[in-house]
Amino acid sequence: MADLVNKFLPNVVANWEGDNGFVVAIWQTLYMTFVSALFAGIIGIILGILLVVTADDGITPHKTFYTCLDKLVNLFRSIPFIILLAVIGPFTKLIVGQTIGPTGALVPLVIGTAPFFARQVQLALVEVDHGVIEAAEAIGLSPIKIIFRVYLREGLPELIRSGTLTIISLIGLTAMAGAVGGGGLGNMAISVGYQRFENDVTIVSMLFILVLVFVIQGLGDFAVRKLEH
Amino acid sequence: MAEQNGIIQLKDIDVTFHNEGKTIEAVKNVSINVNKGDVFGVIGYSGAGKSTLVRVINLLQKPTSGTVVVNDQNLTQLSAKDLRKARRNIGMIFQHFNLMNSLTVYGNVDFPLRDSGLSKAERKQKIDKLLDIVGLSDRAKNYPSQLSGGQKQRVAIARALANDPEILISDEATSALDPKTTTEILNLLGRLNEELGITIVIITHEMDAIKQVCNRVAVMENGELIEEGSLLSIFGNPKQQLTKDFVNTSTHIGSVLDEIRDSGIVDKLSGRLIELNYIGDSTNEPIVVELYKRFQVEANILFSNIERLQSTTVGIMLFALTGDDDKVEQAIQYLNSLKVNVKEISLKKEGE
Repeated sequence: MADLVNKFLPNVVANWEGDNGFVVAIWQTLYMTFVSALFAGIIGIILGILLVVTADDGITPHKTFYTCLDKLVNLFRSIPFIILLAVIGPFTKLIVGQTIGPTGALVPLVIGTAPFFARQVQLALVEVDHGVIEAAEAIGLSPIKIIFRVYLREGLPELIRSGTLTIISLIGLTAMAGAVGGGGLGNMAISVGYQRFENDVTIVSMLFILVLVFVIQGLGDFAVRKLEH
Repeated sequence: MAEQNGIIQLKDIDVTFHNEGKTIEAVKNVSINVNKGDVFGVIGYSGAGKSTLVRVINLLQKPTSGTVVVNDQNLTQLSAKDLRKARRNIGMIFQHFNLMNSLTVYGNVDFPLRDSGLSKAERKQKIDKLLDIVGLSDRAKNYPSQLSGGQKQRVAIARALANDPEILISDEATSALDPKTTTEILNLLGRLNEELGITIVIITHEMDAIKQVCNRVAVMENGELIEEGSLLSIFGNPKQQLTKDFVNTSTHIGSVLDEIRDSGIVDKLSGRLIELNYIGDSTNEPIVVELYKRFQVEANILFSNIERLQSTTVGIMLFALTGDDDKVEQAIQYLNSLKVNVKEISLKKEGE
């Protein structure tokens, strides 16, 4: 087994350990994915809820607020991620103190993902049966309780579905951020595998990313199956 | 204002929607007074504004103008917080049940109780009692997706009753159910009215639903209240065309008349077609025999529908009177002198 690995994946073995090795790269990718997923998740859920409740047929309609937020979300979604990385450099430095490395990638990853997730949250929550919202209003629930007890509760399976989708697309973004100085498996695949013609490194990097995607998709599907009645 | 002391008082309600430059007057200047203990029916075709009107009662729909007084409280003047409190006194059930799919039957009934301040054990006791009232004690652990439509509506009723409301609003609650289940749900509502003394407002487009439980009826058309009265007066003596249509559909006399006209049976009998409406005891008088004895006029009964509404008999009869012209005339005059409504029906089809 060890011979086979040495024979077919020589560069993977050579690049396994050390500061720029695979072990570190995997951790960097996980770090970028989950830390930015946490922040983008919180921001996205808040923005998504605000979009739903302030919409015309929401529980607390507010036309001006809705229009501004709606446009803002669209604006940030429209900026290509690789350009966003460069454009918000100074802001990134202000927040986390650095623009390179996995931590430097967090800010653009959050800003690039949160609007996308906000839209997903909005789509998930408008799917919640309007009649159930009306029933909750008739029961005498306040808007804040309707958000927590009805919207988030009834929309949970759909939220998890969008969350899964968002994390998977986030993994894609970490690869992109990695390639321009963020580290992680994306960096491994491009600056080691591609640029040094060490194809086995590129392929193994890709395989690790695929495994990560499949695991997350599987967990998401499992949770949705558990929650849906 | 002496007679205006109902538990629900809607006064001069207008509801106007503005949609893409178009103005829709959904409810026009409607006043309704529902007394405590009433089962008040609002009937009308879809788009008549009845759903909008009934949503005004708990202010799910804010009226453009007019006042809403429920339990001597002017709801339009309450703060958002006080309004939410007032809403707990008004239960509501819906056409599509509107249950939480993520909660079990038990959880759905518990839903309005979470802010009630009751302990968990008190809540359980109450939920068990409510599920018993609606006959679903064995379904507590099921999810709504595992229930039939009628069972879902029972859960919704238990949920609506959780905060011991004095008023229950039923918004087309039986329209999505089959006739047998409809009857069961209406019977349940009637029982709640009798046993718990809950005032019920029912909206429907089916006269049969009204007939079964309501004691008072309002008829709506194009946002206006066109007729209102006791069930017996509406059913036995409808005044507006729409009300007559609803009653005729319910007694099937409309379709029978069409058939009679098409068949030419009255011509064959060379008689005149008479419709008779009566409420109460008149039923027992042997009218047909009397007509022959007194005027030698033969009365061929072509159609008859007798119903018991609130323990009172309401009947409708169609017959062809055959005999000498002047005798038939006398017979009709005799009928007019009885406590019945007599109407001669033209044999021409409508519109001819």
